Amino acid sequence: MTFVLDAVLCALILGVAAATIAGHGVFRAIVFFIVYGLLVAVGWVRLGAVDVALAEAAIGAGLTGVLFLAAYGRLGREGAGGDAPAPAHLPAAMAGLGVTCALGWAWSALPLPDRPGPQLAEALPMSGVENPVTAVLLNFRAWDTLLESVVLLAALTGLWMLTRDAAWGGRIGLPQHVRPDGVMAGFGRVLPPLGLLVGVYLVYIGADRPGGAFQGGTVLAAVGLVAALAGAVRPPRIGATRWRAALVAGPLVFLLAGLAGAALGAGFLTLPPQIAGAALFAIEVALAASIAVTLAFLVLGPPEETITR
Amino acid sequence: MTALTLYALTGAALIGLGLYGLIAARHLLRRIVAFNLLGSGLFLYLGAAGARGDGPDPVPQALIITGIVVALSASALAVGLLVAGARLSGRATLPEEAE
Amino acid sequence: MNALVVLLTLPLGGALAAVAFPAGVARGAALAAAAGTVAAALAVASEVAAGAPPRIALGGWPPPLGIALAADGLSAALLVTTAAVMAAVLLAARHTMAAGLAGPRIAFGFWPLALMLWAALNAVFVSRDLFNLYVGIELLSLAAVGLVAIGGKPEALAAAMRYMLFALAGSLLYLAGVALIYAAHGALDIDLLASRRPSGTDALALALMTAGLTAKTALFPFHVWLPPAHAGAPAPASAMLSALVPKASFVILLRLWTEALPDEASPAALTLIGALGVAAVVWGSLGALAQSRVKLIVAYSTVAQIGYLFAVFPLLPLAQAAWSGVIFLALSHALAKAAMFLAVGQWMAAAGGDRLEELRGLAQAMPMSAFAFALAAVTLAGLPPSGGFLGKYMVMTAAFTAGQWVWALPMALGGLLAAAYLYRPLAALFAREGASVAAPSRARQAVPLALAGGGIALGLASAEPLALLANGQPPIQAVVR
Repeated sequence: MTFVLDAVLCALILGVAAATIAGHGVFRAIVFFIVYGLLVAVGWVRLGAVDVALAEAAIGAGLTGVLFLAAYGRLGREGAGGDAPAPAHLPAAMAGLGVTCALGWAWSALPLPDRPGPQLAEALPMSGVENPVTAVLLNFRAWDTLLESVVLLAALTGLWMLTRDAAWGGRIGLPQHVRPDGVMAGFGRVLPPLGLLVGVYLVYIGADRPGGAFQGGTVLAAVGLVAALAGAVRPPRIGATRWRAALVAGPLVFLLAGLAGAALGAGFLTLPPQIAGAALFAIEVALAASIAVTLAFLVLGPPEETITR
Repeated sequence: MTALTLYALTGAALIGLGLYGLIAARHLLRRIVAFNLLGSGLFLYLGAAGARGDGPDPVPQALIITGIVVALSASALAVGLLVAGARLSGRATLPEEAE
Repeated sequence: MNALVVLLTLPLGGALAAVAFPAGVARGAALAAAAGTVAAALAVASEVAAGAPPRIALGGWPPPLGIALAADGLSAALLVTTAAVMAAVLLAARHTMAAGLAGPRIAFGFWPLALMLWAALNAVFVSRDLFNLYVGIELLSLAAVGLVAIGGKPEALAAAMRYMLFALAGSLLYLAGVALIYAAHGALDIDLLASRRPSGTDALALALMTAGLTAKTALFPFHVWLPPAHAGAPAPASAMLSALVPKASFVILLRLWTEALPDEASPAALTLIGALGVAAVVWGSLGALAQSRVKLIVAYSTVAQIGYLFAVFPLLPLAQAAWSGVIFLALSHALAKAAMFLAVGQWMAAAGGDRLEELRGLAQAMPMSAFAFALAAVTLAGLPPSGGFLGKYMVMTAAFTAGQWVWALPMALGGLLAAAYLYRPLAALFAREGASVAAPSRARQAVPLALAGGGIALGLASAEPLALLANGQPPIQAVVR
């Protein structure tokens, strides 16, 4: 019975994915992609990976979907919203089919290896958190996560470089004009407090249960986005010092915690078990704040309104 | 066939679909969407591989979460390039591929 | 504090400071971080040279649970070369990327992007973990795309978009290979993989990773994005993009084929990579010959020079000298190419463009940067006594030792072609007609000259770098076969 459920889910995922690639119209492709992301999130729950399911739903479907929809709207304003139909592409089809078949074959040939399970079980009590995924992200493979937090910042810096010089220094994103009694404004009043609660909760429980800085930070970013789109808050100017400090706070706290370990003689990114829990909580809070701000700014895009100097 | 095989093969098929879209599509937003499909299929394949044996392995799950965030960062920059390029050229395709 | 930790964290800290603080402070912080990072690179290299190569299990968690970082001779050579190039680039940028000249937008973005790029390069050169390498090259690619787009012109944006598409596809193909490796071995550490139980899926994993990384390195036929991207950026950015960025994915490839999975390096696969390298040498050189803008000539030359690095692959399992030779080629290309782009940047600022006819006679106004270009051309053409010559000499010796003289041909042919495509800009520069332009100060002209001199010095004083490289050189596999 559960197998049938999985089979139906996989068929749905594939169907929606095919519609995303092959269907007519860019807008429909984006909507299909969002549906696809939600279905895949269900798939992750079925695979027992709830942390990934939360990340996929919040980031993969949610924020990426908003990013695409906003881009579609902007392309329409530039007169480039129309679809550019692609002729059937034989080399691409062969490349795609080849990779799919190769990976399909590889699945049957994969050995079941020894995995770092025993080392992980032994190390988990010293990691400062109970959720093993959080332990891997923030402690065992902390260097990946630290670099990744800088990847976000690199993307934002690069994105800001796309600002027209005449708009540099202005408020980020498109200027918003919201009717005070419209649907969006209503959303903007109701959703943010609720989202704020969910986001903070996800960050807080990430140490022990599914959740954490990335999932929680994404929900907080969504809160900011809704509030901005609804006109409840105005996005900051690109040079605002306070907001720039928020962008770097997470990577900075992470970096300093790692260096503190090195300075105390324990080694870079080494957290003594006695203080690991507190240190990881501090890192997680700072990281969630920076992730929230960075993701929201990434989706809002560079400033677009020409400012008069 | 087990459920894990089902998810792994779905992942493999998504990778192929995404690769096709990334190469064949002309509209750049479609290409960026295809990149996200490719990535998500790859994560599904890795996640299914990690769920074999005794219980889900948390390491691939952490790698996948890192990968999802990296994919969003890259998508955001790519979308920014697309919009900035369209503002100057009025097109959402690469110049050499304009219809 | 460990020099290796400083090397990795200082450019990151500098980048964070450059984002957080206003432009004037940001530039100061960036330059201070740069000075410290150069010192750390030298310290790491001296540790390796002294026979005590640094190695860290991050967080105190040894692989397969944690990530190991280690510096060997290959890392040390690249770290020091990168430090030299970055120091020169940032010195040059101190003037040209200041708010007064480049505008507030570029003055804000250049410094964090440059430092993130440097941090990513350092991280890639010392990481032993395949997934950590993925995060490293993603940071590198995104910073590099930002630097391509920074000029803001339509051509630059189109070039950045094309680069982005190749980088996106390349990174996911690489990641697909990494996923297969972890699924088959439960480990991502290069040293653990070297002693793994082979799996039938390893060849596919290596093929996927190689396809992805060659797309990022711009090996023929994935090179189409490179010339417009490298030529479209401001000169200091072009210097980083052309001299350093391709080396990161190349080093990962080198480590995969010689350290992590050398047993999967089948002669047929190596021959294919070598053949693509030869095609890149020919195609890139012909492309350079066809250009009339000097920045594009220099960028096409990078396509050809990347070709050399891959034309050596078939010799790697056969002769020790091939490995050191290819690294010498990579190092001297980095120094010479950065020197060329920085020199071209000064000419463009003075003459207003980079068409060959606009450069006529510039050597009289700017003798030092013209001489820098000429010295760099000596290195790229592989003429003695440059590091480029020594690299080619080692590779050709390896080819004859292995009885595979055919792989010596591209080295010789590429040298002739390089001499041909570099003759035209040199002839224009040294033409006997006075161009009256406002030349930059001698101190600024000395920056590219020092880099170009470094490319020559690599050939003249080769004993130390060769001894450095010998630390951790992977054994050749010929005996196994």
